[in-house]
Amino acid sequence: MPVNPELVGREFPPTAPYLVGREKVREFARALHSSDPLHLDPTAARAAGYADVVAPTTFPIVLQDFTLQQLLAEPDSGIVLSRVLHAEQRFRYTRPIVAGDELTAQLDVTGIRSMGGGTMVTSEANIRDAAGEHVVTAVSVLVVGEADA
Amino acid sequence: MSAAATPALAALQLGEVIAQRTLELSRETLVRYAGASGDFNPIHYRDDVAAQMGLPGVLAHGMLTMGLAVETVSAWLDPELRITEYGTRFTRPVVVDPAHGATVEIVAKVGAVDPEAGTARIDLTVSCEGKTVLGKAQVQVGARARRSHG
Repeated sequence: MPVNPELVGREFPPTAPYLVGREKVREFARALHSSDPLHLDPTAARAAGYADVVAPTTFPIVLQDFTLQQLLAEPDSGIVLSRVLHAEQRFRYTRPIVAGDELTAQLDVTGIRSMGGGTMVTSEANIRDAAGEHVVTAVSVLVVGEADA
Repeated sequence: MSAAATPALAALQLGEVIAQRTLELSRETLVRYAGASGDFNPIHYRDDVAAQMGLPGVLAHGMLTMGLAVETVSAWLDPELRITEYGTRFTRPVVVDPAHGATVEIVAKVGAVDPEAGTARIDLTVSCEGKTVLGKAQVQVGARARRSHG
């Protein structure tokens, strides 16, 4: 089954609210060998004017993963995880994520394009806070390989 | 305060290396990132699965490499600036040997400065064994708006 082009523009429900925890932010930062005190030290983050530790730039991938699971779970998607390659990634911020934020992500498949030997799927996760304000948009480009004939 | 008045931005010189670091990745690095991110794809810790998929070995998560790279900039960034956008292409996988790991080199240079707009672009070069692994890895920074949640 090829990738279903009708996924573009399909409405998906927002993911369940995700509460950004201070220790999760620190764990993520340590996994990236970060020495940035804004990620690690609540006192330093507060001194800089943030409510709590600031999440690393690539942290929204955690929320985007939930939306990609939604995409893979669509029975007619035609996307098989074992043939998916992560080709590009981008984050566009309105404001940084800080511990204590309660975030939801909404999936939007913005493009599906066939190319030699695969299909390029562009999917966005629009991430908002509890007040409904935009925080960050994560954009993934996946290349889905053809199944063996 | 106007964005253009941010001294941290005005001080940036085009082409200047603002940060760099060399990191040794091991299998433990990958397992730690898997746990922190929730990405448990076995190609990032199981040799048998990687081989079955036709890969040259266990690979670092692309998002790990992308994250390590930008943290080099994040730790250097003046508190008056913040990252507004970051994007890259994953052009070459980083193979992490079970015994010897992999060495990743990150160099961050000033790619553009726009004092009028109060923005700058930092270009990242990320390489492993002398070959670049990320394509067009670019970080946009801007003056930080002081708000209740930063």
